Amino acid sequence: MTIEEIQEELIDEFSMFDDWMQRYEYMIDLGKSLPLIDEKLKNDDKLIKGCQSKVWLNSEMKDGRIIFTADSDAIITKGIIAVLVRVFSDQKPQAILDANTDFIDEIGLKEHLSPTRANGLVSMIKQMKMYALAYQTQVKN
Amino acid sequence: MSFNLQKIRSDFPILSREVNGYPLVYLDNAATSQKPKQVIDAIVDYYSNYNANIHRGVHTLSQEATDAYEAARHKIQAHFNAKEACEIIFTAGTTHGINLVANGFSEILKKGDEIIVSAMEHHSNIVPWQMLCEKTGAVLKVIPMNEEGVLVFSEYKKLLSNKTKLVFVNHISNALGTINPIKKIIEKAHQVGAAVLVDGAQSCSHIKPDLQKLDVDFYVTSAHKMCGPTGVGILYMKEAWGNKLAPYQGGGEMIAEVTFEKTTYAGLPHKFEAGTPNICGGIAFGAAIDYLNEIGFEAIEAHENELLKYATEQLLEIEGLKIYGTGPDKTSVVSFNIEGIHPYDIGTIVDKLGIAVRTGHHCAQPIMDFYKIPGTVRASFAFYNTLEEVDALVNAVKKAKMMLS
Repeated sequence: MTIEEIQEELIDEFSMFDDWMQRYEYMIDLGKSLPLIDEKLKNDDKLIKGCQSKVWLNSEMKDGRIIFTADSDAIITKGIIAVLVRVFSDQKPQAILDANTDFIDEIGLKEHLSPTRANGLVSMIKQMKMYALAYQTQVKN
Repeated sequence: MSFNLQKIRSDFPILSREVNGYPLVYLDNAATSQKPKQVIDAIVDYYSNYNANIHRGVHTLSQEATDAYEAARHKIQAHFNAKEACEIIFTAGTTHGINLVANGFSEILKKGDEIIVSAMEHHSNIVPWQMLCEKTGAVLKVIPMNEEGVLVFSEYKKLLSNKTKLVFVNHISNALGTINPIKKIIEKAHQVGAAVLVDGAQSCSHIKPDLQKLDVDFYVTSAHKMCGPTGVGILYMKEAWGNKLAPYQGGGEMIAEVTFEKTTYAGLPHKFEAGTPNICGGIAFGAAIDYLNEIGFEAIEAHENELLKYATEQLLEIEGLKIYGTGPDKTSVVSFNIEGIHPYDIGTIVDKLGIAVRTGHHCAQPIMDFYKIPGTVRASFAFYNTLEEVDALVNAVKKAKMMLS
């Protein structure tokens, strides 16, 4: 599936809920299916700065696509990173760089988009795009 | 004035707003207090009617502004019971005051001298002393705390010696709410000839300190913790220290005479007040002190103790909830975690329910390291909070626990 298709799918899924509590509960559930980062890789290098809770993010290149794995010590944050991993993992670097993130507003997590939020959603997206840029540069060279 | 909670709440415009569709329950008072309309009016009145630079103009506005600013200094002197008004130095806040003292001691301390701080300090209370030690070769010693979050007084006595030049301790811990026995700490320090600086940022909204009775050498606090505006605070220093310490910043206001060959400094307090000060802030700080005294600190303390007692009892009913800072002397701060749940998650859910609490390490990482936790959820109550708001917090935490476990 393309990034846009996955985003549409998420918007559909989240539209079933009437209130924020159900949306949060669903996001927490999504966190439970997050492809987890290897325990050995949970070091400072993989830590995303700017989060009040800890978020580790790893990336690997497989057949021209980036595979993300992650974890967090807070479960709401884990849900947020799980949403992002579902959208951006197993995609080509250029597609990740081109993707917009308007869907976050549409699934009702707009309040997490503010750059000053302590959960670091903006830092997570930035970090994913940085990985994509690094792989893209590697491929070109 | 009797303690009329309904009337008090109506003084604070912000308390009638909604957050995320719920009435705001503001329980982050240890970070900053809300402002009553009496303080907001003082700010508007200053800028609307007599804004001018102070201490130098002969025109009427400048006189009025100077009079109001100096009247605020006298109010603050009376409130804290300082001996002289010149011992009250206006600062930008607590951190500024601490740095001013640390800078002054950089010319007094010698290699091998010792500074004692407590284990429950805010970052802003640790870093300036580390910098000072690096600069002077002095050594930083730490008074340990026990599991209850109380300083171990017997260990403090062991740290004191004739090498001790300065003891620095907060009156109340921002992360735990513990009230430190500053009177005893000051007495012991003076016995070895050491000076004492007390950080009153967390205490001044709950307790009215008597600086002469405490016999403290330096005392700092911020207006914004006690219903005043941000960006202004005071440093109290005994007059003798004021004459001894070198100025912190050079500039206008702090000089007596300037030639290119030599500058002579002004006397206290102006020696430490370089540049145009936060005039409006100082005046509004005075208005905040008037407001608090009109309610009365005995009434404030009694109501806050009731909130603390009720919140502690109700929160402890929740299974798996642990409170950090359980000493016998504490103010209305409850720092807690629920087993297996990250404090950030709890903070996020209760915010969705309109409740403002603080989560994280509260700029006191050494305390979090001591308990081996990433942070806590901290609810801090002020005199304008109600028992119903405590109920709202407890219900929100229960809801969060249900969602998160």
